[in-house]
Amino acid sequence: MLTVSIYRYNPEADDQPYMQDFEFDAQGRDVMVLDVLEKLKASDPTLVYRRSCREGVCGSDGMNISGKNGLACITPLSQAVKNNKLVIRPLPGMPVIRDLVIDMGQFYAQYEKIQPYLVNNTPAPAIERLQSPEERAKLDGLYECILCACCSTACPSFWWNPDKFIGPSGLLQAYRFLADTRDTSTEERLAKLDDPFSVFRCHGIMNCVQVCPKGLNPTRAIGHIRNMLIRSAT
Amino acid sequence: MKTMSFDAVIVGGGGSGMRAALQLAQSGYKTAVITKVFPTRSHTVSAQGGITCAIASDDPDDQWQWHMYDTIKGSDFIGDQEAIEYMCATGPEAVFELEHMGLPFSRCENGRIYQRPFGGQSKDFGRGGQAARTCAAADRTGHALLHTLYQGNLKNNTVFLNEWFAVDLVKNEDNAVVGVVAIDIETGEEVFVKSKATVFATGGAGRIYASTTNAHICTGDGIGMALRAGFPVQDIEMWQFHPTGIAGAGTLVTEGCRGEGGYLINKSGERFMERYAPNAKDLAGRDVVARSMVLEILEGRGCGENGDHVYLKLDHLGEETLNAKLPGILELSRTFAHADPVVEPIPVVPTCHYMMGGIPTNVNGQAITIDSEGNDQVIAGFYACGEAACVSVHGANRLGGNSLLDLVVFGRASGMFIEKTLREGVDLRDPRESDIAAAMHGLNRLNSSTGGEQASVLRAELQTIMQNYFGVFRRGDYMKDGIAKLNALKHRIDNVALDDKTNAFNTARIEVLELHNLYAVAEATAVSAEARTESRGAHAREDFQERDDVNWLCHSVFYPDDKRVGKRDVNFTLKTREPFAPAIRTY
Amino acid sequence: MVTSITSLGRSGLSDWMLQRVAAAVMTAYVIFITAYLMVNPDLSYEQWRGLHSSLPMRMFSLMTILSIAAHAWIGMWCVFTDYVTVRLIGPKATIVRIFFQLSMITITLLYVVWAIDILWGM
Repeated sequence: MLTVSIYRYNPEADDQPYMQDFEFDAQGRDVMVLDVLEKLKASDPTLVYRRSCREGVCGSDGMNISGKNGLACITPLSQAVKNNKLVIRPLPGMPVIRDLVIDMGQFYAQYEKIQPYLVNNTPAPAIERLQSPEERAKLDGLYECILCACCSTACPSFWWNPDKFIGPSGLLQAYRFLADTRDTSTEERLAKLDDPFSVFRCHGIMNCVQVCPKGLNPTRAIGHIRNMLIRSAT
Repeated sequence: MKTMSFDAVIVGGGGSGMRAALQLAQSGYKTAVITKVFPTRSHTVSAQGGITCAIASDDPDDQWQWHMYDTIKGSDFIGDQEAIEYMCATGPEAVFELEHMGLPFSRCENGRIYQRPFGGQSKDFGRGGQAARTCAAADRTGHALLHTLYQGNLKNNTVFLNEWFAVDLVKNEDNAVVGVVAIDIETGEEVFVKSKATVFATGGAGRIYASTTNAHICTGDGIGMALRAGFPVQDIEMWQFHPTGIAGAGTLVTEGCRGEGGYLINKSGERFMERYAPNAKDLAGRDVVARSMVLEILEGRGCGENGDHVYLKLDHLGEETLNAKLPGILELSRTFAHADPVVEPIPVVPTCHYMMGGIPTNVNGQAITIDSEGNDQVIAGFYACGEAACVSVHGANRLGGNSLLDLVVFGRASGMFIEKTLREGVDLRDPRESDIAAAMHGLNRLNSSTGGEQASVLRAELQTIMQNYFGVFRRGDYMKDGIAKLNALKHRIDNVALDDKTNAFNTARIEVLELHNLYAVAEATAVSAEARTESRGAHAREDFQERDDVNWLCHSVFYPDDKRVGKRDVNFTLKTREPFAPAIRTY
Repeated sequence: MVTSITSLGRSGLSDWMLQRVAAAVMTAYVIFITAYLMVNPDLSYEQWRGLHSSLPMRMFSLMTILSIAAHAWIGMWCVFTDYVTVRLIGPKATIVRIFFQLSMITITLLYVVWAIDILWGM
């Protein structure tokens, strides 16, 4: 029997959040944390969390699993259980709406701030804009972001200044458009990032790299942005 | 009750919904998207292999007419040829638009979009061998497409009602659709969202089956709402079982694996598709491959301890190719099959994947019902696109890569038609209080319910019935049993429990509402499947093994009020050439 | 773009650059002094005073002092804007933070003036 300790808070019923323990029998199988939650929800429908694709591509079920941010659907018990105990909390540093569901408004606001869309004001050709495989390869490791917020909510700089520091996820996307050879607004994009908070609150702690469920490296992308800022300013 | 008003409201924030929204937002109409999950969590995100379209990159001589031929043949000739012609001809434009919006397609050496071979693709109307027509962004095309569309909508200031759940359609006294009632999941607030055009882009309902590649959210909400509003659904018995879902987990493994050179083997290592489809082999139509796999398993040549799956072999492609072309598949297989495709095969089994049927529409996305004389009637104010719609470009079997094309082409077409309609002026009567109350009826009943059984238990039973009685192979007497079991379940689902009546992010309430929608889809599927006494495309009957063009070269139409199955003619008109006559379908 | 009147360089890039340059100067100074002390184990007061009365050495020391000041200004500003915020300690945070920052700036400037006085007042 596995003890599953889950953060519970229902604003309509609870004054304070609390940890509730459940017993779970995995029958020796190495199931995913989401499977555990689905089983528990079947017996206690009041348990609330987000989930959708259950294969690690939609980014719904980011949560703090035994102390580390990750996606419940692709985290097997073998990685998450310590001393026969599984501890599940909401992603840290954000307001909790209910149980494991956080208010991600601040996270999305930072994403929107970097103008996450291609800008190219030259007339579009009749076919696609050409791009060599090498140019396209620059977007690998960037475009795959699923906006699960595991990285940004693991970042102390984002905890302290979620309204001013764009955070690892947003910056990864900022670089995705800076690196795209089809985008023509590099200067404008850089100008918007050259303040003491947006990029430069990154102190290279690298929690983002450690937790990213897609194996992406926001710190490296931030380094690239900094280099681009230096190049454009000197 | 709070009311919000828009020029257009789109229910569903997946590929087709966001493409429609983008079209309308770009032209300045006040557009809202109601989506029960944040848009980039929609199931389009899981599409892997690509978007099939004759952009003539891989083969400069490629023609959209060849793609049209493949699609019509793939549909087993009950796809509407007018719609297929529109989709294949408009496709390149729609795909180039996506590229201009920033979709990070993979590239060829000459800088053009990379295209890979997919099942059912040919050159020169089936005479020129295998074509490579599926435009890909590695094996994450759906993800790339969905994010690009969301980004486009952000740029154009679409209003997103994220984590809102549409409960039911609101009809005025003229039976025109004037909006939906919806719940803001975060607060539990109920809102009447009024609109001059209501577009259902609610996706599929794969969750009616126990084993599905579909996300938890694919519960057929749009179909459920349409049926409750008394509108019919078409070809709903046509469910695609994707040949390669990971055994046990149900997770999708793209057809692109076979496009890149992977193939299926049975327990003795035999490449068995060579027997079933000597020419196309592993790249035959999905229905053909799925049935062949099931036959291998039933005849004792399955793999694994229980002989209940077959293997997809990829290791011969080499690690470098796999990393470059199929990185997501490596990840998924290692996580869910505990198999590393670089060195060992992936255990796969046919898994429910796609709903070919849906709300019947014309090429403008206008939803259709059929009057007592059997004539098509447009439902004022009501539109559908994407998987929820049956336009019908997939007929009895969808070709791989055609769903993403369907999404963008008909999302776009709906948007453009609504633009035109709004410009010309829309005059729908406001709903009466009683009309809104009618749409609130189900929700109010649920909110005042007591007792009952748990939704999770009932859902599991529903899924088991559908899996056992309406799967890859179907038989009349089994299906009659299945329908009886569904009928028995109906009363229990009507009295499902909702113990938690709180408002804040109450997903228990949402799951109960979804269960009602699942049941509606399941029932329509079951009744229609039993009625279609032939085998065609994905609908394979043991008791009627032949295609019956005399009686069933037509759409089935399920009418919810009397649970009757009617017929509707397939469209056989092409603008650019003679239509394709039904022919024996071999690969 | 987030602006801030109490950060030193006004732009994130210049703050970041200043901190790197300051760090390099400080490191060089530490290495130089350590090496000097190791090469001269029996250092006398006259010799030490002689070292510091040469103009190049005075310039080097002054640069280091300014580097410490800049580094501290930027670093402390970061700390204050991380921890002394409305988010963490409520509406009084702005007043408290301004007080801390002005105090820090004042003290830093005082140290700089004092250091110049020592270096050139010898």
